Amino acid sequence: MSKKNWPIWEIFVRSKNGLEHRHFGSLHAADAEMALENARDVYTRRNEGVSIWVIESKHITASNPDNNGELFEPAQDKVYRHPTFYDLPDEVKHM
Amino acid sequence: MSKEQIKNLETQFEARIARDEKIEPKDWMPEKYRKTHIRQMSQHAHSEIVGMLPESNWITRAPSLRRKVALLAKVQDEAGHGLYLYSATETLGISREELYNQLHTGAAKYSSIFNYPTVTWADMGAIGWLVDGAAIINQVPLCSTSYGPYARAMVRVCKEESFHQRQGYEIMMKLANGTMEQKDLAQDALNRWWWPSLMMLGPTDAESIHTEQSMKWKLKRKSNDDLRQQFIDQTVPQAELIGLTIPDPDLKWNDERGSYDYGKINWEEFWQVVKGHGPCNKERMRARVGAWEEGEWVRDAAMAYAEKKQERKEKQVV
Ligand SMILES: [Fe+2]
Ligand SMILES: [Fe+2]
Repeated sequence: MSKKNWPIWEIFVRSKNGLEHRHFGSLHAADAEMALENARDVYTRRNEGVSIWVIESKHITASNPDNNGELFEPAQDKVYRHPTFYDLPDEVKHM
Repeated sequence: MSKEQIKNLETQFEARIARDEKIEPKDWMPEKYRKTHIRQMSQHAHSEIVGMLPESNWITRAPSLRRKVALLAKVQDEAGHGLYLYSATETLGISREELYNQLHTGAAKYSSIFNYPTVTWADMGAIGWLVDGAAIINQVPLCSTSYGPYARAMVRVCKEESFHQRQGYEIMMKLANGTMEQKDLAQDALNRWWWPSLMMLGPTDAESIHTEQSMKWKLKRKSNDDLRQQFIDQTVPQAELIGLTIPDPDLKWNDERGSYDYGKINWEEFWQVVKGHGPCNKERMRARVGAWEEGEWVRDAAMAYAEKKQERKEKQVV
């Protein structure tokens, strides 16, 4: 039996400059440096990335889908946040 | 939660899947959904990992540098596939350690095709062409399965599989066009891998459990027999093209069905291999468990080094 299991890391990859880092998956590694090296081999074997972020999974705080109602529903009835809410004469172009 | 509340949640859950919504790790899900997914996804991950063993057997003996880099890259991809799938499975709340444990104790299964030996170089061709070919047929529908992490992993896997099959077919083609001896090697490999490849697509529909539930959850989109027919119909012309003969005297084009009729599959053999009595079951497990145990000191050393580095960093801050 191993003394301690390698922790789990979340991997984010920027596929090319101009794009954001996107979550690619996770992997196990002893430390951040190894997580980066492993991420290179596991997730970018075919030039899928130009930059990698790794973060130990335990440091991520996630919202709970059970609270989706109180979190996201208040935005649903705020139609005035969208341009189509406003009545303008047809003569106004490009606004 | 009361029984009625759970029933309610289940109805909503099934409706979401029917609407083609994806299920994500923290969403509520029925226990059966979680368990079924852990079983299927981990079985899939184990197959990728054990699947490296029969092929790694030939890496050092590949006949040319071109073949060696291709085989090495393919086997490395399979390791990647296993890792994508293990990490997707872990999102369901099971640890990697537990998953490995299930594989190493025989509690979890892997694809029985990997319990056949790779005795000649031509087997590298047959595996890529047939085994990866059958795997692709199984995997493509899973790219739109209902569990988000599984579907995303499968998209990546499928993108990478195509080269696996093509490099295998190229090996077969070269051998089939070579000397008489080389052609015999190719034919012999096809003879040995054909039937196990058909079995790889799973038991006949009549004997297949879980199918209906799996269809609902989009873990399965076509029945095993339909997938098998698709595989046969696509593979037979590929064999003809390179002058190899499918080892099935009953194989015949059926004009009415627009498909090939094929001979009886020896399901007795399939179940024997599943139960652990295939030619290489013991050898595969020995190799896998051996690799894990012999790597233990490396994993421990890496962890100890990481902790030491961390401690040193913390001291510097103070
Ligand atoms: Fe694979
Ligand atoms: Fe493959």
